[in-house]
Amino acid sequence: MTIAPVGTALRHPGRARSANAGPLLFAALPLAFLFVLFLFPVFRLMLLSVEGGTLEFYEKALTDGLYVKVLLGTLEIGVYVSAACLVLGYPVAHFLATAPRRWAVVGFIFLLLPFWTSLLVRTYAWMVLLGRNGVINRLLLEAGLVTEPLPLLYNMAGVLIGMVHVLLPFMVFPIYSIMHRVDAGLLLAAEGLGASGWQIFRRVYLPLTLPGVLAGTTLVFILSIGFYITPALLGGGRVLMIAVLIEKQVREFLDWGFAAALSMVLLAAALIVYAAFRRLMRSDLQWS
Amino acid sequence: MELSASRGSRRSRRSGWRVLLCVYSALVFVFLMMPLFIVFPISFSSASYLQFPPPGWSLRWYAAYFNDPVWIDATFRSVRIAVSATLLATLLGTLLAFSIVRGTYPGKELVNQITAMPLIVPTIIYSVAVYGLFGTLRLIGDWRGIVLGHTVHAIPYVVVVMIAALRTFDFSLEQAAMGLGASRMRAIWRVTLPQIRPALVSAVFLAFISSFDELVIAMFLGGANMTLPKKMFDNIVNAIDPTIAAVSVMQILVVSLALILSARFGAGARPAL
Repeated sequence: MTIAPVGTALRHPGRARSANAGPLLFAALPLAFLFVLFLFPVFRLMLLSVEGGTLEFYEKALTDGLYVKVLLGTLEIGVYVSAACLVLGYPVAHFLATAPRRWAVVGFIFLLLPFWTSLLVRTYAWMVLLGRNGVINRLLLEAGLVTEPLPLLYNMAGVLIGMVHVLLPFMVFPIYSIMHRVDAGLLLAAEGLGASGWQIFRRVYLPLTLPGVLAGTTLVFILSIGFYITPALLGGGRVLMIAVLIEKQVREFLDWGFAAALSMVLLAAALIVYAAFRRLMRSDLQWS
Repeated sequence: MELSASRGSRRSRRSGWRVLLCVYSALVFVFLMMPLFIVFPISFSSASYLQFPPPGWSLRWYAAYFNDPVWIDATFRSVRIAVSATLLATLLGTLLAFSIVRGTYPGKELVNQITAMPLIVPTIIYSVAVYGLFGTLRLIGDWRGIVLGHTVHAIPYVVVVMIAALRTFDFSLEQAAMGLGASRMRAIWRVTLPQIRPALVSAVFLAFISSFDELVIAMFLGGANMTLPKKMFDNIVNAIDPTIAAVSVMQILVVSLALILSARFGAGARPAL
């Protein structure tokens, strides 16, 4: 990559500069676009949250019992969803990375088809499945496993099921892409040196695949705390997540200052998790 | 003798784990696919409300979709928005990817960070922010406003896919073209772009779906002009009639077709997250 500018510079000394400035020019138009339509509006929202030079909106968001409950509840849901996705996703990623090619392809289809299916379609389908007279309750009743329909919809259970369904692929892909690159020879070496199956997993495989786990967990957590559609539909108004709250503040109560403050709190949470992830990854790279 | 015996028991224990892993994965795949399968029988139901299993079969919900101008309008609006946003995002995202992979200028890391930001900033925050801005610009209710919002949303997907493709591209090919007298632009157009075409197909697919399926930005910026996801959302909230199941089935079929095409002509539709 560095050979090109050097070679060009030798033949055309005057053009050495343009070989470097060119790529920046490529970025000028898209960067201008992102500045005007992304950074500027978000910055403007940040200003709205401190309009009038007071921090009263932040005070309300961070001390009022109701809003604190929603904030903590949102983070709690994020933790549950990340944990569930990890428990479901790690073995599946391992299956995809180690299965014979034909089975791995089938597995990928089962992962990608729902991934690319409209979120609204999937949410609707879960309402059909989880409702009081839904498919799952009908099956359970007919099988005699329960005597009364289980409350699966319009509560926390419904929201968690729907969110895990949406976010699971975001956990599997990063873990898979790391597992795919793990040198099988290392596992054989550990086995040859007498390690038990558990030891191989604990001491070799898990540390090697940890970057994927971190990437997947970070991604799922950040996406989950900003969720709107699934809690709005499957929560039935009983599961208030911060995104639903922000939408209500803007569109129903027209309380821009408070909505902006809530947005900044959510943004801070997302950025802190992202920054922690980047730091961990960096120290992890240095360590190995 | 002893060694081979212990190895044998270890192997059988390992194959036991293997079976367990396959069963576990199969259950997870069932969980993932179940919602997709369930909408098929419901879309062919003859009942006028949600009922499972359906009491009889009919095509009335497909007819309901095709005969309702609101559904059709919303569909065409969504297609128009998604096509425009895809074109814009693919152009801008590819330029950014070129710049990030090729450039050696100071501040490149910052460009990289800015590019990834729309993925990290939750959509609800971006929606509210751009809703505030477009409100003052009187762009609410204008489909072109949604195009701009969706373009921002889609750019990171395009950039991620194109960066991965450009990193593996052999630059000496382009240098060879330039050495043979092609201009830089001509070399990129005739040599580099054809080589990265599979990634381009994937990027287009990603950008299109990310816009076509997007609800939150469109809900804020759309005003009275509903996109397809907004119409579906309203339908779910107000009255669950099986028209949405028919719409769902058609969407699943279209996505399956697109996936097959993109696997055939693209670099696969797996985002390199």
